[in-house]
Amino acid sequence: MTSELDIFVGNTTLIDEDVYRLWLDGYSVTDAVALRVRSGILEQTGATAAVLQSDTMDHYRTFHMLERLLHAPPKLLHQLIFQIPPSRQALLIERYYAFDEAFVREVLGKKLSKGTKKDLDDISTKTGITLKSCRRQFDNFKRVFKVVEEMRGSLVDNIQQHFLLSDRLARDYAAIVFFANNRFETGKKKLQYLSFGDFAFCAELMIQNWTLGAVDSQMDDMDMDLDKEFLQDLKELKVLVADKDLLDLHKSLVCTALRGKLGVFSEMEANFKNLSRGLVNVAAKLTHNKDVRDLFVDLVEKFVEPCRSDHWPLSDVRFFLSQYAASVHSLDGFRHQTLWDRYMGTLRGCLLRLYHD
Amino acid sequence: MPGKLKVKIVAGRHLPVMDRASDLTDAFVEVKFGNTTFKTDVYLKSLNPQWNSEWFKFEVDDEDLQDEPLQITVLDHDTYSANDAIGKVYIDIDPLLYSEAATVISGWFPIYDTIHGIRGEINVVVKVDLFNDLNRFRQSSCGVKFFCTTSIPKCYRAVIIHGFVEELVVNEDPEYQWIDRIRTPRASNEARQRLISLMSGELQRKIGLKVLEMRGNAVVGYLQCFDLEGESGLVVRAIGTACTLDKLSSPAAFLPACNSPSKEMKESPLVHPPSHGCRSTHNSPIHTATGSRLTQNFSVSVPTLIYTGMGSGSAGKEGGPFKALLRQQTQSALEQREFPFFTLTAFPPGFLVHVGGVVSARSVKLLDRIHNPDEPETRDAWWAEIRQEIKSHAKALGCHAVVGYSESTSICEEVCILSASGTAAVLNPRFLQDGTVEGCLEQRLEENLPTRCGFCHIPYDELNMPFPAHLTYCYNCRKQKVPDVLFTTIDLPTDATVIGKGCLIQARLCRLKKKAQAEANATAISNLLPFMEYEVHTQLMNKLKLKGMNALFGLRIQITVGENMLMGLASATGVYLAALPTPGGIQIAGKTPNDGSYEQHISHMQKKINDTIAKNKELYEINPPEISEEIIGSPIPEPRQRSRLLRSQSESSDEVTELDLSHGKKDAFVLEIDDTDAMEDVHSLLTDVPPPSGFYSCNTEIMPGINNWTSEIQMFTSVRVIRLSSLNLTNQALNKNFNDLCENLLKSLYFKLRSMIPCCLCHVNFTVSLPEDELIQVTVTAVAITFDKNQALQTTKTHVEKSLQRASTDNEELLQFPLELCSDSLPSHPLPPAKAVTVEKASPVGDGNFRNRPAPPCANSTVGVVKMTPLSFIPGAKITKYLGIINMFFIRETTSLREEGGVSGFLHAFIAEVFAMVRAHVAALGGNAVVSYIMKQCVFMENPNKNQAQCLINVSGDAVVFVRESDLEVVSTQQPTANCQSSGTEGEVTT
Repeated sequence: MTSELDIFVGNTTLIDEDVYRLWLDGYSVTDAVALRVRSGILEQTGATAAVLQSDTMDHYRTFHMLERLLHAPPKLLHQLIFQIPPSRQALLIERYYAFDEAFVREVLGKKLSKGTKKDLDDISTKTGITLKSCRRQFDNFKRVFKVVEEMRGSLVDNIQQHFLLSDRLARDYAAIVFFANNRFETGKKKLQYLSFGDFAFCAELMIQNWTLGAVDSQMDDMDMDLDKEFLQDLKELKVLVADKDLLDLHKSLVCTALRGKLGVFSEMEANFKNLSRGLVNVAAKLTHNKDVRDLFVDLVEKFVEPCRSDHWPLSDVRFFLSQYAASVHSLDGFRHQTLWDRYMGTLRGCLLRLYHD
Repeated sequence: MPGKLKVKIVAGRHLPVMDRASDLTDAFVEVKFGNTTFKTDVYLKSLNPQWNSEWFKFEVDDEDLQDEPLQITVLDHDTYSANDAIGKVYIDIDPLLYSEAATVISGWFPIYDTIHGIRGEINVVVKVDLFNDLNRFRQSSCGVKFFCTTSIPKCYRAVIIHGFVEELVVNEDPEYQWIDRIRTPRASNEARQRLISLMSGELQRKIGLKVLEMRGNAVVGYLQCFDLEGESGLVVRAIGTACTLDKLSSPAAFLPACNSPSKEMKESPLVHPPSHGCRSTHNSPIHTATGSRLTQNFSVSVPTLIYTGMGSGSAGKEGGPFKALLRQQTQSALEQREFPFFTLTAFPPGFLVHVGGVVSARSVKLLDRIHNPDEPETRDAWWAEIRQEIKSHAKALGCHAVVGYSESTSICEEVCILSASGTAAVLNPRFLQDGTVEGCLEQRLEENLPTRCGFCHIPYDELNMPFPAHLTYCYNCRKQKVPDVLFTTIDLPTDATVIGKGCLIQARLCRLKKKAQAEANATAISNLLPFMEYEVHTQLMNKLKLKGMNALFGLRIQITVGENMLMGLASATGVYLAALPTPGGIQIAGKTPNDGSYEQHISHMQKKINDTIAKNKELYEINPPEISEEIIGSPIPEPRQRSRLLRSQSESSDEVTELDLSHGKKDAFVLEIDDTDAMEDVHSLLTDVPPPSGFYSCNTEIMPGINNWTSEIQMFTSVRVIRLSSLNLTNQALNKNFNDLCENLLKSLYFKLRSMIPCCLCHVNFTVSLPEDELIQVTVTAVAITFDKNQALQTTKTHVEKSLQRASTDNEELLQFPLELCSDSLPSHPLPPAKAVTVEKASPVGDGNFRNRPAPPCANSTVGVVKMTPLSFIPGAKITKYLGIINMFFIRETTSLREEGGVSGFLHAFIAEVFAMVRAHVAALGGNAVVSYIMKQCVFMENPNKNQAQCLINVSGDAVVFVRESDLEVVSTQQPTANCQSSGTEGEVTT
C-alpha cells in the first residue's frame, strides 16, 4: 500500500510556524521530519511518523505555493487563493525575508550577481547554512535591490512599501542594498570582528548624510549612491593635514581641551598627527571608487587599530572624536566648516560603532 | 421580456504576462450571455488594466435568466495572430432573481482557466432590472428560493412543508462527442463546464416550476448531483423538499411579499397539495416492474436492508386512540403524494412524531446511451422504481413518510449502482397541510406525547410486527415501547435527551469481485451487495456496542463499485439515548470448546473487549442513571440483532419476500470465532483508535453533548489515494488496507488541527471512489469547531433544563398559534464568550537579525474573510440573510503534472482554487459565509506516464450574511427599540 496522493486544504490556510522555519532553513522533507521527531512532537501528540511525514509534506507544498506570492508581498495581501489572517501574512513575510547573520556577513558589499551566486556553495559549507536557504536569502537581497534600485524617495520607505517588512527589517535591507550598490569591502580578515549590525548602523548614517537624498529628496536612486559632488569636495579637507600650521593648531586645540580628561592622553598626544592624517586622507581619497570600497578597511587600519593597540577605552575615543571634530570650528584659516561637519559627523558615529573588540 | 441584465467590467489585476517580449499584457474582455456578446476596449500593456467599461445591457427572458450563466472571458489582444484566452469567469445570476437575496453582484472574481488555474482577478458589477412588477415576477419560477441547508433556514419560518420534488435532465457528455477528437482539451473542458452550468440552471428552473405548482415558495435541502455516465451521457439530477417559508421578524422586508403564495395559502386554506405535482410530467405516475423491463436495460433490484431497532407499538393505553387518529391523518395527508419523502434532516419541533428506522434500496443498472435527451424516461423510471421500494419499506415499518432522504450513484464503466436511503418516520400532519382544521385535536396529541422521547417510540404495531424484536418500555416515560437500538439518517432531534457525548462510528468493508463484462458483471455485483449490506450492518452494530451506545444518527452508507472490487463505507454518529435501554456487551464464543489454549485466547479477547467498552463509557461520559429493573417490568433483554433483509424482486416489485440473514437467528452479539476471518473481524473491531484527548468527531451537524461552541471554525478537505500493491489481494488484506487508510486519514486530521484543541470535527463526510484498478480514493470534508471545555458540564445540565422548559413553552405557544414554527429556536447555542479569533500568539521572533518589532505595516488586508462550513449555522453568530445558492462545477486539467508538483501538488492547488472561487462569489454577493457547504464530487484521473491529470469538482452551499452575536448585542444596546434581526439584515459585513 503506497500513498499516491495525500493532501489537506483548509479554508483558512494552516501555517505551522515550526515547519515554516524548517522550510526556510532549507531542510528537505526527510530532514525536517527527522528534526521534528527529535523535538519530541510524537510523544506530545501521540502521532506516528507517517502522520508527521504527511503533515510536513502538506506544509511544504503550501509554502512552495506561497513562495511565488512572497516574492511580491503585496500580492500575498490581495490574492484570493489562500485565506490567511493578516497577522499570519505578516509573519510569513517577515520570516521569509529574515536572514542569517552569518550569511549576510559573507555577501555584504558584494555585487549581487550571478558570480556571487556561484559562490553560495562555498558560503553554505563555510557557514553551515543549507544551500537552499542561502539561495533564498541571496535572492531576497537581489530582489529587493532590483525593485528599489531605480526608485525615488526614501530607501527604507520604498522597501517597506514594496515588501511590507517591519521597520527594523526594512532598515536592514536598506543597509544591504546600500552596501551592495557601493560594494564596500567587508570580507577582509581585519573586518571580521565587525557584525552586520555594525555595518548596518554605519550604512544608515551614511545614507542619511552622504547620499544625494541627504541634500535633494527628488533624485532617482538618491539613497543608494553617495553624493559625488560631496566626495569631490572632500579633497578640500586635505589642507587640515597638509598645512603644517593648521595641523599643529588643531592638535594644540584638541590637547588643551582634553588635558586631564583622557586616560590615554599621552598616547593621544603622540599619535594625534597620525590619526588626523589617517582620517583626513580617507576623506580625500573617496573620489576613487576603489577607495570608497575600502572605506571600512581604511577606517579600521588608520584609526581603530592604532587606538586599540594603545588600549583606548571607548569613552576616551568618544571624547577625542568630539573634540577633534569640534576644534576645527576654531581654526580660523579653515573655510570648509559645513563640509567638515557633514563628513565628520557621520564618520564619528561610524568610528564609535566600529570601535570594539 | 421580463429582464435586463447589466454588466460592467471595471478592472483587472495580477494578470499573467502574455507577451514575453514586453513582460506585459494587452487585455480585453468579452461578456457573453445567451447569444449576445459585448467587448471592452483593449487596455494596452498592463497587468492591472482599468477598463471601466460602459454598462453592457442584455435584454433577456426569464427562462434564459435562470438557465444561462453570465460568461466573462479575458483575452490578450494580438495584432498578428489569434487572440489568446487568459481565462474565464462564470457568474450564476440566479441570486439576483429573488427579491430577498442579493441585489447586486460586485467584486473581484478569480479568472479561471481549465489548464492554468487561476490567472489574476477581474472586477465586475452585475445587476438585473426587472420590467414586470414584483408580484407577477413571483408567479414565475424564478421567484422560488433554493437552500442546500437540510433544515428550515435560520431566518425563516415554515408555514407548510409540502414534500418531495425531484427532476433530472440528461445530455450527451461533450467529452465523448466526436468533435472532442479535434478540439483542444481547454475547449472540451469549457464546453463541459458550460453545459453543466446550463443543465443545472434548467434543472433548478424546472424544480422551481414544480414547487410553484405545489404552491410553495422555496426548496429546502436541495441536493443536485451529476452522474458522469461516460459514453452514455451526462445526467444532472436534483431532489429537495418543497416548502412555504415566511421570513421572520423583518416586518419592513416582509410587507411587499404580501401577495406571495405563502400568504395566499394562509388566507384560502388549501385542502391538499396537488397530488402528483411532484412528479415530472413526462413520466407516468405508476411504475411497475414491467416499466423497467421495457427499457432494454439490465436491471437488478437488490435485496435491501431495513435497519431498525424493532419494536411494535400498540401505543400506551392513553395514547392509543390518538395515535390511531394521528396515523389516519398523516396517512391521508401523505398518501396524496406519490413519494412522501423529505430531504430534511432536522425539523421544527413537533414535526417528527416517531422514527421507525433506516430504509434503503439499491439497484444495479447497465448504462445505455441516452438516445433522446429530451425524454430521460429510463433514468426517471429507474429512480421511480427505487423510490417505490423505499416507500414500501417505510410502510412495512408502519411509517408513512421518509425523512433524511438522499439518493446517490456509483458508476464504473457501464455498471451503475443507484442507491436511496432515508429514515422511515411518522410525521405530524399539521405541517404538511393547512393545519387549522385539526388544530385542537393535535394540541391534545401534543400534550400526550412526551416530546423528548416520543420520536424513539415505535411507530408500528406490537402485535403485527414486521419482524421479531425485543421491545422494552421507554426509559424516559415508561409508557410506550421502544426498540433496543435505533438507526437513523437524520440529525439528533434537539429535544432528545442524550447521556454523555457522541462519537463517529464507521464500518468499512471491501469485497473483491471478478472482472466481468456487462450483464455478468452486474449480476456479480448484485449478488455481492446483500452480503456487503449485511456485514456493514453487523460491523456498525458491533462498533456501537463497543462504544456502549444505543443509537446511530446521520447514517450514510456508501457502496462504491470498481473494476475488481466493491467498497462499502458507512459513517454515523453514535449516541446513548436516555430513552433506550442500556446496550449489552459483546460475547465471544469459540467453535472448538475443548481446546484449552484456544479457550484461553478467547477469554483474553473477551476481556479486551470488555475493557474497551468500559474505557469507551468513561471516554464518552456515558453513565446512565441506574434503573432498578422492577420499575421497567421486564428484565433488560439480551440484545439481539434485528435486521431483516427485505428482498423485492424486479419481477414483482410489490411482493416483498423476507430474507433472514441474521446468523440463523442466533444472537448476533455472540461473535463466533470459527475461522480466521472472524478473528480478523474481532481484531479490526479493536483497532479503531479513539481520537486523542481534546478531540471529538461526529458526522452530524452538532456533537451531542457539546453545546458551548466558540467562534473559531476551520473547514477543510482532505484527499488521499492509495495504490494497492500486491497482485493477488485477499479480502482481508484489502479490508486492512482500507481500514488503515481511513484510520490514518483521521489521525492526520487530528494532528493537523491540534492547535484547535479542545475541538470537535463536525459533519465529517467521507467519500470513497475507485478511480482505477488498484487505486482507492478517499475524500473527507469536515469542519473543526472549537469549544469551551470549562463550561461543558454546566451547560449540559442547563441544556437539559432548557429543553424541558422549551418543551413546555412550545406547547403553550402552539396552542395559541398553531402555525407559528420558529426554526430559530431549534439549536440552542449558549452565547460563547467573545473570544478573539486570532490564532496568532504574539509571534516570538528572537534570533538573528529578526529583532523584535511591532506589527508590520500590512495589517489592513483588502480581502474580506469568507467562512465556509458544512453546517447550517455559524457558532457564535446569527445568520441575517440568505443570498442564494452557490452551485459550482470546475474542471482542471494539466499536461505538466510533474512541473506542478505531481498529483498532490496539482490537486492541492486546484482545491485551494475552488475554495477561492467560492469565497469570491460569496463576497461579490455581499456575503461573508457559505453554510451547508458540500463537495459533492471530486473526480480525479491521472496518467503519470503522459504527465497528465484531470480533476472535476462540484461544490454547493448557501451564501449568507452573518453577524457575530457579540456585535448584535452592541447593535441592540445602541438601538434599544430596534429589532435585532432587522438591524442585522443590513448590518455591516463582519470581516
